[in-house]
Amino acid sequence: MENKEAQWSIEVENLEKRYGSFIAVDKISFRVKKGEIFGLLGANGAGKTTTLRMLCGLLAPTAGIALIDGTGVSQNPESVRFKIGYMSQHFSLYEDLTIWENFRFYGGIYGMKLSEIKGKFNELSYRLNMSDQAQRLTRELPVGWKQKLAFMVASFHNPSVVFLDEPTSGVDPLVRRQFWDLIYEAVLKDTTIIITTHYLDEAMYCDRLAIMDQGKISAYGTPNEILSHYKASSMHEVFLKIAGKEDILA
Amino acid sequence: MIAFIIKEFRHLLRDPRSLLILIGMPLAQILIFGYAIKTDLNESDIAIVRMNNDKLSDLAIQHLDASKGFHVKYIWDHPSQIAEAFRKGEIRLAVVLDNNLESKILQGYPADIQVIGDASDPNTANLLVQHTQGTLRNVYREYLQKNASTPVVQVSARMLFNEENRSVFMFIPGTIVIILMLLSAMMTSISLAREKETGTLELLLVSPLRPHQIILGKVVPYMGLSLINACTILLLSKFLFEMPFRGSLPLLMSETLLFIILALCIGLYISTIARTQQVAMLLSMFALMLPTILLSGFIFPIENMPLGLQYLSALIPARWFVEIIRGIMIRGVGIEILWKETLILAGMVCIFMLLCVKNFKIRLE
Amino acid sequence: MISLQGISKIFGAITALDNISFEINKGEIFGLIGPDGSGKSTLLRILATLLRPSAGHAKIGKYDVEVDYKAIRKIIGYMPGQFSLYPDLSVEENLNFFAHIFGTRLEENYFLLRDIFTYLEPFRKRRASHLSGGMKQKLALSCALIHRPTILLLDEPTTGIDPVSRAEFLMLLKNLKKHEITILISTPYMDEASACDRIALFKNGKLLGVDTPGGFREAYKRTLYSIRGIRPARLLPELRTLPSHCWVYASGNEVKVSTPNPNEIYILREMLDRSTIKQNYQIHVIEPDIEDCFIARMKDTYGE
Repeated sequence: MENKEAQWSIEVENLEKRYGSFIAVDKISFRVKKGEIFGLLGANGAGKTTTLRMLCGLLAPTAGIALIDGTGVSQNPESVRFKIGYMSQHFSLYEDLTIWENFRFYGGIYGMKLSEIKGKFNELSYRLNMSDQAQRLTRELPVGWKQKLAFMVASFHNPSVVFLDEPTSGVDPLVRRQFWDLIYEAVLKDTTIIITTHYLDEAMYCDRLAIMDQGKISAYGTPNEILSHYKASSMHEVFLKIAGKEDILA
Repeated sequence: MIAFIIKEFRHLLRDPRSLLILIGMPLAQILIFGYAIKTDLNESDIAIVRMNNDKLSDLAIQHLDASKGFHVKYIWDHPSQIAEAFRKGEIRLAVVLDNNLESKILQGYPADIQVIGDASDPNTANLLVQHTQGTLRNVYREYLQKNASTPVVQVSARMLFNEENRSVFMFIPGTIVIILMLLSAMMTSISLAREKETGTLELLLVSPLRPHQIILGKVVPYMGLSLINACTILLLSKFLFEMPFRGSLPLLMSETLLFIILALCIGLYISTIARTQQVAMLLSMFALMLPTILLSGFIFPIENMPLGLQYLSALIPARWFVEIIRGIMIRGVGIEILWKETLILAGMVCIFMLLCVKNFKIRLE
Repeated sequence: MISLQGISKIFGAITALDNISFEINKGEIFGLIGPDGSGKSTLLRILATLLRPSAGHAKIGKYDVEVDYKAIRKIIGYMPGQFSLYPDLSVEENLNFFAHIFGTRLEENYFLLRDIFTYLEPFRKRRASHLSGGMKQKLALSCALIHRPTILLLDEPTTGIDPVSRAEFLMLLKNLKKHEITILISTPYMDEASACDRIALFKNGKLLGVDTPGGFREAYKRTLYSIRGIRPARLLPELRTLPSHCWVYASGNEVKVSTPNPNEIYILREMLDRSTIKQNYQIHVIEPDIEDCFIARMKDTYGE
């Protein structure tokens, strides 16, 4: 039993969030393995963001269970916070701080000692070949760098789960590739990645997906499983089929 | 926790403009408040009526003229000219000395002295009246070498235009000014900045609309709204607070319209500078509201301010409009007296209109 | 219909557009494709007469964008990058307002809007702020079309809206073609290239090429392999030892290897068979998509 729990990074069972009579998330269940890249897809208002917030402990579910590394999110929100990292496309780094100051700030938030922050930062900047950039203001950096640094910051405190909110929309394909290289490095070290997005090409990078529609999970599995289940050639088609709008394809 | 504090300080240091505002604002405010609230008076013009050419009346005139707050502009031997001088705004205070001043004082009776203040500006008037009382009492006490408890003069104060000395008289003009400023300037500036922020201005610009059409479209609704508000306040002040209404209504309405147009122009000007609603809001607050409240003379008398602030207040449109409202409503005077203030406001309208037209861009840069 | 000659735009130290020249034909859907900050919006704003180019000339029909801006403003429909309608006005009120400022009425050009209106009809009385992202964009498109422009300039109309709405939106654009409206659309999504007749690829203010989507694929001079069946996270580190003229990258759940020399598939197979990954994999030669073309052009223009 103990062992079995250890291999699941996230376990969600009958998770529900109601606002009055409106059901934002309708008794969903899914599990994510350690080191897996899991995609939470859906249109705006499908319930992804609400689900994400419940997993981060920012919203209390009205029913159901959410466990991260076997710890109940609603029971131990504080200890869960240390296990997760969060990166959003819109907000992640302070533009008017230098790279080093950003890391120092985030490290400080997670209670890391200054010497520890310094050590890890030096190692990181050596590995990314940016030792001479540490004192540059973040706003002066190219988009691709910001993107990578944002991910580095989100995973700086060695969280076991990192949530990425639409991480690579609007960046050029090369930057995106480099970004995914970083993510692959992280998952090989058993970090779990949860991506919420409605950009379908991002979905194909995930090991497994849950597609949400009106608060429910309407498709669940590996990208290939989902494609073959819907007899679709692309995720795009899957979406149109779920929405009942196949006619657009014609 | 510490990491957070350090970070916040860094944000502050990296944004010198905000830092300047944060540190500069309190400094500026303290200075303005400190100087404006200061109760010693600067030279105010007064008139003295003496009905007797005795030595003690001379003494009163000498001392009042020498005292720091007064400048004796007229010496009359009959009170008949007082009312006219007040109406024209030539004097701030009139002192009417007892016609038996010397004999009464020498015989040990308290002499009657009447002090008349211009209560269209009640704060100044109160200050001046108190100051006069004090000065005259001291003069005669010293002259007679009496101690402080002996009554040597009996001062009766009268507030011209506002016999009951009601504070409403002070607040109504101020309220009208502030509300009009707030509504007209702040709302136009914010609403135009909002169009900039949401990108709708981009759409308006690429439409065949001409710039003056966009500006008029923005201005007219707020003009209407401001006029309605002005009327409401005037009606309330007349019927609820029994504020006198001595001058001409058409004149007051046209002056109000002039001020509204000016405020709208200022609002537009602000919106041509401000990129976001937040900046427009801050600019209107700090560059418009505070000076309007502090320097328009409706709370702090302008005569009492140091010279620098007095000059500064001359740049504040509200100062002239407060003068106009008081003139028309309380003193009941017409354009023949208020032409100077009106002209200044009209001049300001021209300047700001020019600035707006110059600054309003047909493109995004 | 639209011609650009040596257009540059400089903001302070930043060169937003660097010597851009190309032509857009009448009645085509032309895509400006590139990541954020590549200069697409700046170019659209220059064409919309909202910005002046720092150098070069742009013409719409016979009108110059700088000199004849008034004439141009009458014939273009422009949809800015962010949602730019009045959120506190209803759908109907927004439409009527824009009809009015363009001196027309909603009924006058209704035939253009009919398709879009079938989507909007149920929400006529709803405030724009209460519409979904997809509906907002449809409303914005209607407002841009209301005066029957001959040219539509759409700045990232599909960014941030859900896939179904995106597909609907692109379909609506295709339907507009029959009314002979020239459509210029910018997007960061490479997969939207297929909705365009021709596309221009942008990166850092530079033009990487102008062609039809098919033309870009044909111009791809390398051979592209796709390897499926092994998790990219696992496979990529193994393939990093390939010579540097082989480009290796993940694309969804497959790994792509692009090589100038088709014979290198043997090295590749050998490498995979020798590797520690004992998994079944499939390897195919595949057609490049626009993203692959973009990467190739980028490497050509900027080096590695």
